Amino acid sequence: MTTSIDVSLGQVVASLALVALAVAISFWRRTDLEGDIAVAAARSFVQLTAIGYAIKLIFEADTFWLVLTLLSVMVLFGAFTARSRANKVPGAFWPLLIGLAIAAASTLGLVVALGIFEPTPRYLVPVGGMVIGNAMTASAVALNRLGDEVADSRAGIEATLALGATAREAVAPFVRRALRSGTIALIDSTKTTGLIFFPGTMVGMLLAGAEPTDAVRLQLILLYALLGSTAIAALVATGLAYRNFFTPAQQLRDLH
Amino acid sequence: MLFELRDVSLSRGDRLVLDSVSAEIHEGATAIVGPSGSGKSTLLRLLNRLADPDAGTISYQGRALVDHDPLKLRREVSLVPQLPSLLEGTVASNLAYAADLAGQRLDASRCLHLAGLDDGFPERDVSKLSVGEQQRVMLARALAQQPRVLLLDEPTSALDHDARDAIEATLAGLRGELELSLIVVSHDPEQARRLADRAVRLKRGRVAAWGPLAEALA
Repeated sequence: MTTSIDVSLGQVVASLALVALAVAISFWRRTDLEGDIAVAAARSFVQLTAIGYAIKLIFEADTFWLVLTLLSVMVLFGAFTARSRANKVPGAFWPLLIGLAIAAASTLGLVVALGIFEPTPRYLVPVGGMVIGNAMTASAVALNRLGDEVADSRAGIEATLALGATAREAVAPFVRRALRSGTIALIDSTKTTGLIFFPGTMVGMLLAGAEPTDAVRLQLILLYALLGSTAIAALVATGLAYRNFFTPAQQLRDLH
Repeated sequence: MLFELRDVSLSRGDRLVLDSVSAEIHEGATAIVGPSGSGKSTLLRLLNRLADPDAGTISYQGRALVDHDPLKLRREVSLVPQLPSLLEGTVASNLAYAADLAGQRLDASRCLHLAGLDDGFPERDVSKLSVGEQQRVMLARALAQQPRVLLLDEPTSALDHDARDAIEATLAGLRGELELSLIVVSHDPEQARRLADRAVRLKRGRVAAWGPLAEALA
């Protein structure tokens, strides 16, 4: 797997034709998304270019601490971003941060311990980025659902608390549904991978000239790692976040 | 004496829901009466610590409520909310859940009978029951915990006249069959007269009167 591909800046600029097409469709159908599309294209260019140079530096430096710093920053930004999706959950930041950190550490630790990847920046940085990104989405969706479920089911939760159930027991059905919501999207896309869509890593490797069998194997490893990491992140985030809805006396907080 | 309330106040947002409430609630049947918004349901929630007051003290059997384990307290002082809210599943699974929490052996048939339901109910899905039937299952579920005190929040508000009469007859029967104290929230003084021996009358979050029915509802 030592293939490489040269992509010029001109080719990247040419691909903006597709962005222009998206803007045109938005303008034509009055979806009012032209600004968002432009911002998305500009931000992705700046952010990916910056991270590209950062990764280049990290690869060249080849030190563990730089990798750890980069992954920590990703976890931090991931938790901030996910928190905005979980605005009905009080104090969602820490459960998200801890969930993402545990998901990243355990998944990367496991793939290295099992000898799947070498503990070098070339593997840890891209795999860590994918793991954190997917774990962020899963935990954000899970906490968003948890917030909605608790808001809609206050009477039911209090009726269960009134029987002497603990907060954990009273909220268990809603945590279960939230966990399911957070992980089901990746499970479904994993089921249909290869049939309905080609995942990004595999496409990238094929474009870069890798053997299809290598591309498929690497993609499978990543998909399996992502299944584990999203489940861990959503489990930890929901398992910690539900507590913030309750007082120490097992009372449902009034959040109005 | 079951409960003693001393200068109990509670605000929700800017609104003072309970304002220096002081009263005693004795064993037997007590009604908490008053118009809508007078703080009746809020007061009931304080009695099994679904909420705590901002100021003042409540004691249960001579001991401050905050010194009781809230979980044990709620299994002994069981609250049936105004609107039925059962767990997904069957009537039997709901009763078993409540009994398990309280560490009681479940006699589902007896609980259902006490709540005015027959033996055809245990395997029925709770989502297929009428509101009146669900209300009775809520009552049976609370009884499965063998509580000492039953807190009932407007137990007949969602029911028609016939169902209301049936629930009231059931509650009167409970008092005869079990050593159980009832604290019933009602907006209807006539219902209080039918169900209780004593009353606490609230008006705009304050106690207007409390004591035997004749005095409290005069």
